[in-house]
Parts: sequence; C-alpha cells; structure tokens
Amino acid sequence: MLNISGLKEGIVLDHIQAGKSLDIYYHLGLDKLECQVAIIKNAKSSKMGRKDIIKIEGDLNSLDLKVLGYIDHNITVNVIRDNTIVEKKSLKLPKKITNVIHCKNPRCITSIEQELPDVFYLSDEKTETYRCLYCEEKYGK
Amino acid sequence: MRHLLNPLDFSVEEIHQLLDLASDIEHHLPKYAHVCDGKKIATLFYEPSTRTRLSFESAMLSLGGSVLGFSSADSSSAAKGESVADTIRIISCYADICAMRHPKEGAPLVAATHSSIPVINAGDGGHQHPTQTLTDLMTIRSLLGRLSGMTVGLCGDLKFGRTVHSLINALVRYPDIRFVLISPPELRVPEYIREDVLKAKNIEFKEVGNLDEAMPELDILYMTRVQKERFFNEEDYIRLKDCYILDKAKMKLAKENMFVLHPLPRVNEISVEVDNDPRAAYFRQVQYGVYVRMALIMTLLEVEKPC
Repeated sequence: MLNISGLKEGIVLDHIQAGKSLDIYYHLGLDKLECQVAIIKNAKSSKMGRKDIIKIEGDLNSLDLKVLGYIDHNITVNVIRDNTIVEKKSLKLPKKITNVIHCKNPRCITSIEQELPDVFYLSDEKTETYRCLYCEEKYGK
Repeated sequence: MRHLLNPLDFSVEEIHQLLDLASDIEHHLPKYAHVCDGKKIATLFYEPSTRTRLSFESAMLSLGGSVLGFSSADSSSAAKGESVADTIRIISCYADICAMRHPKEGAPLVAATHSSIPVINAGDGGHQHPTQTLTDLMTIRSLLGRLSGMTVGLCGDLKFGRTVHSLINALVRYPDIRFVLISPPELRVPEYIREDVLKAKNIEFKEVGNLDEAMPELDILYMTRVQKERFFNEEDYIRLKDCYILDKAKMKLAKENMFVLHPLPRVNEISVEVDNDPRAAYFRQVQYGVYVRMALIMTLLEVEKPC
C-alpha cells in the first residue's frame, strides 16, 4: 500500500478516470507551479474500479476548473482547509473553452494564423460536442 | 454596429425587412442612386471571385458610393504575412464597410472582432456564404411568392458547397420546408448539417443519389458545381465533377412551376439547352443578388430608405 500524506491546505481532484491524471496535470498547468503535487495512478475505487487522484498543496484560486470540466466533468474537486474537506465543487461542461484544444480543420483560419486564441463552444450538451468558434468544425475528444 | 457573417445573424423578421427593401430597390432603382454618396466599400478578396466581388461593387456604385479593394491574396499585404486582424484595422481607416472573401474558414469572424466598420462575409472556405443565401432567398420569394411550404432539392457538391449549407440554415427557419439532398455518397452534406440542423429541428429530408427520381417532387432545384479548389486530391475531383448534368430530358420530369437556381459559375452541371427554359432562374438570380446586396449595404450602414 502506497502512503501519501494528507493535505493541510489545497485541492484534491478525485475520481479521475484511470490514466488521465497526467493530461490533467499538464492542462491545468500544474507543471508550472512551485507547490507540491501528488499524482496517484490506478488507485482502487469501489465506484470506478480504478481511478487517478491528484493532490495539490496550497491556495489555488487561480486553477482553471473550466478546463477540468471539459476534460471530465465527473471529477470531484475537494477543497481542503486545516486537514478538512470544506467544499466539494461540482464541475459542469463549460460553455466555452479557450486555448485548451486546437482545431484540426486544415481549412480553418487558425491553421494559418497561429496567434489566434483557440476558442471552442459547447454546441450540444447531450453529446458533449464542442465546435471551433471560427469554422464550426466538431472537435473529437 | 452590425456585421453579417452567417445567414442566422439576421432574424426571420430582419430578413423579411431586408428582402422588402431589396424588392423596393428592384422596382424603384433611380430613387436609391445617391443614398450612399460619399460612402466607400472595401472588397477584400483573398481568393478570386469575380462574380461576387463585382456584385458588391455594382451594388455600392448603384447606391452612389465608391469602391476600393483587392481581388487576390497576392495583391494584398497577406502576401507579406499580414494577419487578417491587422488588415481589417487598416481597412477600417479607409472605408465605411467591407466585404471579405477568404479561403480560410472563420477569417471574416476574426475580421469582425477587430473591425470598426461593418464586415460582410462574402464567403469563407467551405463554411458560409450569407449574401448568396440572401440572394437565394430573394430569388425564391420573388419567383414563388413565399419562403415556406415547399420542397427544395439541393444537388451536386453538398459537402464543400457553402452556399448549400447557408441556404439550409436559412430555410429551416420557415414552416413546412422539406429537403431532397441529391449527391454522390462522397459529397453528402456534412454531419453537423444533418445532425445539428436537420435532425435537431425535425426537418423532413431525404438523401438520394438519383436526380431523375427526385425531379417530380421539387418546387426549387438548387444545382451546384463540384468545386475543384475544395479538393486536396485531383483524382477525386475528376471522378466526381460530372456526376449530375441537368438537361432538357430531366427538365421534362419537373413540375411546370418548378424553378432552377444555381449560385454560378456553372461549368457543365446545367446544359446550355436548359437556359431558355422559363424555369431556369439562375441568371435572374444574379440580378437579385445585386439588389439584395444594395439592401444589405444600406442596412448595415444604417442608411435611411428614401421617400
């Protein structure tokens, strides 16, 4: 059994689909932070069988939870203060995401003007479909 | 300030008003001859399109305004690597309104984001071509007297044909519209039109491969050209370019009050023998295009209708 110490102050991202934690690590820009980050892969889960968990130390107001909602809105976000969970944030599919994914349509203006922000909007909540703001091409996850 | 990037930027009511204005222009052309005196339109054409560019220029000249612009990316600063955003900031200092055609999809949206003058999308890649749609709507309304309760056949390149996508988007807002989509399997309408527009709005449609069988049920037949510039592979283009040719024999299968539209240019998908058929409306469509662009320029420049 692997032991990782508890968090006094920070965020725990729980119920991450097994194998997705590193994607989330980079999408959230955690590689650029100075704080301690623990990534637990393939933890046993009664609900999911296997899951990943990320523990992030410190005050993380600047964390872009929209990105997290796009990647997997089933992730649980636990806010920890004084070793206690003080808040559980639920994630929603964001209406709009910027600079998270890049349009793959070779006819899109973003294919030649690469300084443009990559903006996608949620075109169908049921099917979790995102489309490029510029060319409306569907993005396949 | 408003732009026109997508046919859906205007509500059904606004389109109705625009088409009324275009119709008034058609019947009282001289009274509009000076409503845009002193105004300039910039036609920014990053890919060649003589027809659409000249239609915009003709429209502005008929309103008393002036025109400036370029007709290919080679003759613009784009050849030096200037971004669309920078170009439109500059053009905003030179003109009062602009019409942009660009091979890349979404370029007019980028322009509109950075522009201080109204931007009209004059066609962006295989994406949208709203002024062609307004032209098509005006043509249909003028010929049939309505924009509802009809069966519209769209034939040819339904995959890359942006005029087709724009027209479908515009027509689904009117009641009792039915589509017959006639194309080879490789050139069927994109999935987002089928799923998000037609199926999502419960619009009756069918996808068929045979034009002859579809002819008798149509009120409007909208022919399109298979566009060479949209193909990455020349072999595919050659294989598909002559898949449908409308000729006299096919016209015999159609209703007497059916009309044939085409965004032009035609290559050989409509035989010239059809041109003299009273149901061939594609050249009248070009004239309607000028009137509707005149109405659009007036609307976006907020020019008052003359008494």
